Amino acid sequence: MGFKTDTIAAISTAMTNSGIGIVRLSGEDAFSIIDKIYKGKSPKLLSEQKSHTIHYGYIMDGEQTIDEVLVLLMRGPHSYTGEDTVEIDCHGGVFVTRKILETVIKYGARPAEPGEFSKRAFLNGRMDLSQAEAVIDIISSKNDYALQSSVNQLKGSVHNKIKEIREVILYHTAFIESALDDPEHISVDGYGDSLLGVVKDLQQKIQRLLDTADDGRIIKEGIKTVIVGKPNAGKSSLMNVLVGEEKAIVTEIAGTTRDVLEENIQLQGVSLNIMDTAGIRDTSDIVEKIGVDKAKENAEKADLIIYVVDASRPLDENDHEIIEMIRDKKAVILLNKSDLSTVVDKKALETLITKPMIDISAKEETGIHELESTLKEMFYHGDISFNDEVYITNIRHKTALADALSSLKKVAESIENQMPEDFFTIDLMDAYESLGSITGETIGEDLVNEIFSKFCMGK
Amino acid sequence: MKYSANSVWENKDAYDIVVVGAGHAGCEAALACARLGLKTIVFTVSVESIAMMPCNPNIGGTSKGHLVRELDALGGEMGKNIDKTFIQSKMLNKSKGPAVHSLRAQADKNKYSNTMRQTLENQENLEIRQGEVVNILVEDSSVTGVQTYSGAIYRCKAVVLCTGTYLKARCIYGDVSTHTGPNGLQAANYLTDCLKELGIKMYRFKTGTPARIDKRSIDFSKMEEQFGDERVVPFSFTTNPEDVQIEQTSCWLTYTNPTTHEIIRKNLDRSPLYSGMIEGTGPRYCPSIEDKIVKFADKERHQVFIEPEGLETNEMYIGGMSSSLPEDVQYEMYRSVPGLEHAKIVKNAYAIEYDCIDARQLHPTLEFKSIHGLFSGGQFNGSSGYEEAAAQGLIAGINAALEVLGREQLILDRSQAYIGVLIDDLVTKESHEPYRMMTSRAEYRLLLRQDNADQRLTEIGHKIGLISDERYQMLLDKEEIIRKEIHRLEHTNVGTSREITDFLTNCGSTPLTSGSTLAELIKRPELNYELLEPIDHMRTESFSREIMEQIDINIKYEGYIKRQLKQVEQFKKLETRKIPADIDYDAVPSLRIEAVQKLKQFRPLSIGQASRISGVSPADISVLLVYLGH
Repeated sequence: MGFKTDTIAAISTAMTNSGIGIVRLSGEDAFSIIDKIYKGKSPKLLSEQKSHTIHYGYIMDGEQTIDEVLVLLMRGPHSYTGEDTVEIDCHGGVFVTRKILETVIKYGARPAEPGEFSKRAFLNGRMDLSQAEAVIDIISSKNDYALQSSVNQLKGSVHNKIKEIREVILYHTAFIESALDDPEHISVDGYGDSLLGVVKDLQQKIQRLLDTADDGRIIKEGIKTVIVGKPNAGKSSLMNVLVGEEKAIVTEIAGTTRDVLEENIQLQGVSLNIMDTAGIRDTSDIVEKIGVDKAKENAEKADLIIYVVDASRPLDENDHEIIEMIRDKKAVILLNKSDLSTVVDKKALETLITKPMIDISAKEETGIHELESTLKEMFYHGDISFNDEVYITNIRHKTALADALSSLKKVAESIENQMPEDFFTIDLMDAYESLGSITGETIGEDLVNEIFSKFCMGK
Repeated sequence: MKYSANSVWENKDAYDIVVVGAGHAGCEAALACARLGLKTIVFTVSVESIAMMPCNPNIGGTSKGHLVRELDALGGEMGKNIDKTFIQSKMLNKSKGPAVHSLRAQADKNKYSNTMRQTLENQENLEIRQGEVVNILVEDSSVTGVQTYSGAIYRCKAVVLCTGTYLKARCIYGDVSTHTGPNGLQAANYLTDCLKELGIKMYRFKTGTPARIDKRSIDFSKMEEQFGDERVVPFSFTTNPEDVQIEQTSCWLTYTNPTTHEIIRKNLDRSPLYSGMIEGTGPRYCPSIEDKIVKFADKERHQVFIEPEGLETNEMYIGGMSSSLPEDVQYEMYRSVPGLEHAKIVKNAYAIEYDCIDARQLHPTLEFKSIHGLFSGGQFNGSSGYEEAAAQGLIAGINAALEVLGREQLILDRSQAYIGVLIDDLVTKESHEPYRMMTSRAEYRLLLRQDNADQRLTEIGHKIGLISDERYQMLLDKEEIIRKEIHRLEHTNVGTSREITDFLTNCGSTPLTSGSTLAELIKRPELNYELLEPIDHMRTESFSREIMEQIDINIKYEGYIKRQLKQVEQFKKLETRKIPADIDYDAVPSLRIEAVQKLKQFRPLSIGQASRISGVSPADISVLLVYLGH
């Protein structure tokens, strides 16, 4: 926690498709990190090259090639931050840029805090006084935002899982600590054996969270995409096709989806955060009405709307309401149920609203590929984009999970090496702290409180 | 109660420092000031109660043992005093890692108190004065003196408050309540109001003690005998280890049972704790027996330790059964415990309530932020325990002296000492109960071991002037020996010869398949420096146990130690960034309002301290850093 002068990394270009993407590294280890992941023609390491030179080569994660890149080297103090700085210019795909950032983090960098490059530049005297206040503003506003959004982004289920894991860690730590503190009342002899099982189990749980993080499922990130349409237009079917599993309940009954379902999908490097919503119609059912209101509310905030039209039924007043709602938004219109006889005329619809239109059948899974290409197109043309802050916090979650996992591995090692019990709790508490940084909780008096509430101390 | 004097007169003797109270904190404070050459006077309500131990008859214990050793390395007295007066000693947690080894000694209470009193009486520059201090005299937010109950005024340059549990003390059991300090001693009833008038925020805390029972009425055959260690380790680094190998006295272990618990449950409504008669907040780590039974209802028995109060008394301390139940219930309850069936109570168990301060009003130097020259230490600061008190008393005394001498103040940080953790917690964190030291409170406890307290702090004690040149030189020599020997072990190779293989097999250790250093072998859990002697042909000297222990610890736990050292490096970066005293937080752009309020209220001395204040976020710290970067 707090201010550090370790090596930080961030994507410094916008998270949309552009000619190039830039990943920047700054700090003591910037050169040693790039040495580990760069492969060029020259056998010379980049750290042995002159400052302010550009090198052509590849970013590698072990044997795997990530991208063909240009690397710019700037030794401190002659850099923006005043520290050793490395810039990696890669192909501009969001996916690739992100992969490179993840690689530098894997090899020892830490995701930069918002405004941290500027802060370092200032602290190292690379910025004049008049710029200082602006930096302060950035730090304070963006940090609060980042923390907030980071915590907000956690899905309830993930949040609960992390909380559960933390509780288990805290309990065992408190038990060991209470025994160390009051050895004549509580014995911890031989505890390592049972703790090992617990730790291995926790490792698996965190590994599973990390695996899903890699799929992009754990953390909601990316373009906020909302599927809207009147009841029974096939929104949930579309959602299921896109997600690839039966998440939404699909029935013949109009108004089945009453809540808002959310899923994250990756379309060739483009991350979509898709929400299925209740069909929009005038309804007297209170529960359904809440769903409808929520759907409208979400559509209002969306980066992108997918409007599903039931092409087998004529447009009605509900459709007209939706058309008005999406008029000024980025949207794609899907004419669903192309497998049935269609009654909605594409031309007529085009006179009402100008948006990309695609014929699909969610049931037969036709037209889905075309939808994907259209979305990718829109994204790469910069029609839609998303907030890069959101992305950074997700990397941070992943880093924190990885940190917690490595701490738990150290606990297991200590147990296996027959270290005394007090060594276990050092790494247990590190894991606890790492996980807490995801849920936005600090340690505070947690341990002491747990000791006193769960274990009877003597005297 | 507000004090109004009848006849005021001014004592013409000039003092540099007044210490109020001569308990464990007051003794250390007074000795430190006098030893630094300042004219010091220490007030106590009763000279007979100097260094009195009104609760448990032992010094040390987990994490508290660390405090005593640190105090000793800085030049404090507690370690030396207990080495002269203990009757049993144990190193706790010996089967655990070195970081949690903790020394605990049973004291002969009277001897402990008398020995300390003699040390005070014979200390140059120090006067002992019986009397109750009722007023702290302050002019322009600076201390100018104190006034006693008799009306006498003593002028001084600094005051150290170590009033312990005496301020407006009240002892309670059942429906009986007396306005006395511990052990029936006179309470100090006036000072609180004076402090409140000076704008100091007070809390009311509570603690308790078990009954003392006549040894002759106890049937020890029904109890388990608890022996001291075969080889005793002294507390003080200056005590010759051979001098503490004395004949030791035993303690005894017995247990409560369902009958005991039933008696307590049945009478809970008569407990002042549950009837609301007690208003103070008690400590969770040292619950009364009635608390334990309510909170841990499913436990069928609790341990009861029977500990001698000294060699020349029959009083036995009933550890684990502190209580504020009525006298008749106490008899019934104690007598339900095996071995105590015919117990004769000498002193009742009781709860005690007292006034103390919210220690967040103090700087980490233990000086009041709002009153120049006013320092405080011990239970008055909201802590509990003799050792916690002594540690603070020493630091408060040292800083009062350094301030009078115009020298730089001493602040130990969390990476240097348990004392640093203790004081930082006290002055930074909100606390609702008497604060007790615990090893889990120390983030860097692998570095803050009791065995290396001398290596951590002797230099500081020497710089202050409480450690002699000779003692400091001895430490330097010791460190040099350790360093050289570790270096040699790391560079001495052993191969796969028959001799080595046989040796390792005999020790139950896996034979080597390729070359290794001696240091590598020491890392194995089943081996250590001493054991390797037969195959270490270059070994010329035989070192003391203390030195061998240092070699083993430094080699065996090297990886962990290095990791913590790295964390400390990060920690120090914030800790060493000082915040100017005249900083105007309102003028710092973009600092959140909550942070501004907290920082203005706390006035932290360093960025590190600021970062530990609740309500100050990492972003606020970044903002501050940038602002201070101007």
